Amino acid sequence: MATEHMNIVFVGHVDHGKSTLVGRLLAEAGALPEGKLEKLQRYCERNAKPFEYAFLLDALSDEQSQGITIDIARCFFKTDKRKYLILDAPGHIEFLKNLVTGAANAEAAFLVIDAHEGIQENSRRHAYMLSLLNVKQVIILINKIDLIDYSEAQFNQVKHEFADYLSQIGIEPIAYIPVSGREGDNITELSNRSSWYQGNTVLAALDNFKKQDTDEKLPFRMHLQDVYKFTNGGDNRRIFAGQVSSGTLSIGDKIVVYPSGKKSTIKTIESFNSLPQKAVTAGYSTGFTLHEQIYAKRGDVIVIEKETPPKTASTIKVSLFWLGIKPLSLNKTYYLKLGTSKTKVVVEKILNVLDTSSLAMSETAREIRTNQAAECILSLFMPITYDDLQTNPTMGRFVIVDEYDIAGGGIIQGHIDDDKTKLQAQLYQRNTHWVTGNISLEEREQALKQKSQLILITGDGPSEQRKMVAAQLERQLFSQNKFAYYIGIGNVKHALESANEQTNIADDVSFKRFSEVLNILLDTGLIIIATVANMTPVNLAELEMITSHLNVVTFWLGRPRQEIKDASFIEIDASATADILVKRIFSHIEHSITV
Amino acid sequence: MDQLDQLESRSIYILREAYSQIENLSMLWSIGKDSTVLLWLARKAFFGHVPFPLVHIDTSFKIPEMIAYRDKLALEWGLTMIVGQNKAALRAKLTFPDGKIERSQCCANLKSKALKDTLSGEGERHRLNHQTGSYELDDNNTPYTGVIVGVRSDEEGSRSKERYFSPRDKNNTWDIGSQPPEFWSQYKTDFPSGTHVRIHPLLDWTELNIWEYIHRENIPTVSLYYDQGKGRRYRSLGCAPCTKPVCSSSRNPAEIITELKSGQFANIAERSGRAQDKEMGGLEALRKEGYM
Repeated sequence: MATEHMNIVFVGHVDHGKSTLVGRLLAEAGALPEGKLEKLQRYCERNAKPFEYAFLLDALSDEQSQGITIDIARCFFKTDKRKYLILDAPGHIEFLKNLVTGAANAEAAFLVIDAHEGIQENSRRHAYMLSLLNVKQVIILINKIDLIDYSEAQFNQVKHEFADYLSQIGIEPIAYIPVSGREGDNITELSNRSSWYQGNTVLAALDNFKKQDTDEKLPFRMHLQDVYKFTNGGDNRRIFAGQVSSGTLSIGDKIVVYPSGKKSTIKTIESFNSLPQKAVTAGYSTGFTLHEQIYAKRGDVIVIEKETPPKTASTIKVSLFWLGIKPLSLNKTYYLKLGTSKTKVVVEKILNVLDTSSLAMSETAREIRTNQAAECILSLFMPITYDDLQTNPTMGRFVIVDEYDIAGGGIIQGHIDDDKTKLQAQLYQRNTHWVTGNISLEEREQALKQKSQLILITGDGPSEQRKMVAAQLERQLFSQNKFAYYIGIGNVKHALESANEQTNIADDVSFKRFSEVLNILLDTGLIIIATVANMTPVNLAELEMITSHLNVVTFWLGRPRQEIKDASFIEIDASATADILVKRIFSHIEHSITV
Repeated sequence: MDQLDQLESRSIYILREAYSQIENLSMLWSIGKDSTVLLWLARKAFFGHVPFPLVHIDTSFKIPEMIAYRDKLALEWGLTMIVGQNKAALRAKLTFPDGKIERSQCCANLKSKALKDTLSGEGERHRLNHQTGSYELDDNNTPYTGVIVGVRSDEEGSRSKERYFSPRDKNNTWDIGSQPPEFWSQYKTDFPSGTHVRIHPLLDWTELNIWEYIHRENIPTVSLYYDQGKGRRYRSLGCAPCTKPVCSSSRNPAEIITELKSGQFANIAERSGRAQDKEMGGLEALRKEGYM
């Protein structure tokens, strides 16, 4: 019995016959439930429609009435060799995002071209997307050869023309197969109507695709998904959970958390309903506990100390494709997600924009429109950890979120060092030398019955107002048995500067010192209320890097600023009374400070 | 890694993403084999814990063994168990078994409507009290913004077009024409307020995978799936009036696996015993309006 499993995608221009081919393949290989074909044939008869194999896949009523595939269909299929999940992608340009959904999850692809109509816009575009999505095994099916009277010459013409295009985008197809979905030629058996073709049938070619190697031999990488501390039933494990992208992790391994540089040692590998594990390898969703109780958060990357380190950067050069309805534009804030890490991002520069079908390139474009591809420089709000695509594919690709939607994806080609990368390198050194006890932040939080939190009060209003609000908020939290502490940036500035540097100490130095103090205070489990005038996004990024805690919420009192909609940056109209301001702030944090 | 390992790992990843990113999360537990596998995967994902409530929509026509099995596991595994019901429709006898309406309208009343109201908090929620073992009115009626559901794409055409994270609008409607892209393990987890998301961790599992996993993990399942000596068992579980047992003498998961691979069911659709699918519009029409 076959145990191997593979995902395959069918792509190509609209109406070139992908669904018909898949339907035919399923029917001929006996993969349909009993009676399904007959039922559909009867249905077509009753509704005076010619029967089409595509109806087996196009299950939605809109798809059948319009005769096109709208969304990707998944169907299951097995041969003697292995089991398949076949993804039938739509060929219509409007549904390119559905194509990406299918192709990105496939190990190999069949690209279908209508022999009669020849290469069309989406034949090329889909091929380009396959190369961008790193689908390495591609077979070209030249379909509807019945319409060209099984002409070898016409088949070769389409083949050579397409081979030219594919070589420009770096795709080397495994084979070109002449087929007819409607007549069933060369699907599961070689057809004598095209006796000049003696290569593989579609079915044989399918089984000839090679299974991709696993990533166990690469350096260990795991994006942290969450840190769990479930206390039900006296459970006291603090489990770092995630899915292993590559490599192998074993008990006793010394690990480093990127980008912070914090270090610890693997104590146990955790699982439920299985035998105790000593090691875990690429692909598994797992969890582990640590000896030294360091702080790490969702989005951090776990690395083994003695293995090749990843890169960390905040200005990156990328190659991306855009699926959003609204164009990707300069100076607008988006989110970038790589694994579980997430940060705000701005397109700093568009280097060139590519029409993914004609390969026409523009170097003067000011925005990237739907279905275009581009090379750009992105500026990240917080540094991220990545690997080169060649060394570790899953650690080098990202998506971009526009408001609520995933609107694009891309791969990192390299990075440029900037101020943030320098600061991150310093912080890495700081954390390497940091000495910690064995009480975790979660333990402190449980003892204090609160969540550690930094409440930053800033804005362009009068400093007296911020101080009053901060002090009142501190009092209110204290009266509710919370351990809260109010600290202004001035306290640190004056406390740490010596008499002779008093006149020339720069604001950015003061701010950095203040952030370092907040970092220590946050590690104690306290709720910290801090006041600073006029925090800029750059300040905020620096503070979040230095504290490397997730629990920072900023309240801007004053005139509204142009900012991305964000739960951790809240603007409040400062014309209200201090009482009302405190009430508003409290309503925002009430939830997040409770254990 | 074999195929079950791969399926398990991806499902766990999705469950953890949902738990991390969606604020008010719940999981539908129909007591059937799929959602029970889902519940088991949650225990794996969270190392023995289930950190969100399980919601069961009780149409009152469920087979009695299902309810007994539900409460037994809920108590044993320490689950937060919530039960919802469309009491108004039951009181007015607007049901198929009462002879007043068709099957699919009955599903719409007792399942879709009950589900919608239980999720939004507009309908009563009853919560299992672990001390007394009985259900009490739940005072928490905060809407659930994320619901984990055990549907699989091999079950039926419209389910084969689903996403792992599938948004539903304010009216619970599914906009099939414009579903979000999903690639590189990135899912749509950001939503405007008033909408909610269905999460489908089992999308890539087949019926056979489900039974292989039940067998491998030794997951307790309700006895209705197995022949008790009368040569009959249920292949798919629903309400008693609309779900028919099949002729089969499989007594345990191993025998069911053999039967699915080579026996009489190798080529017969799983939901063929579910009568509501056969009516006008079928499951797609029901699902657009909020059916699982």
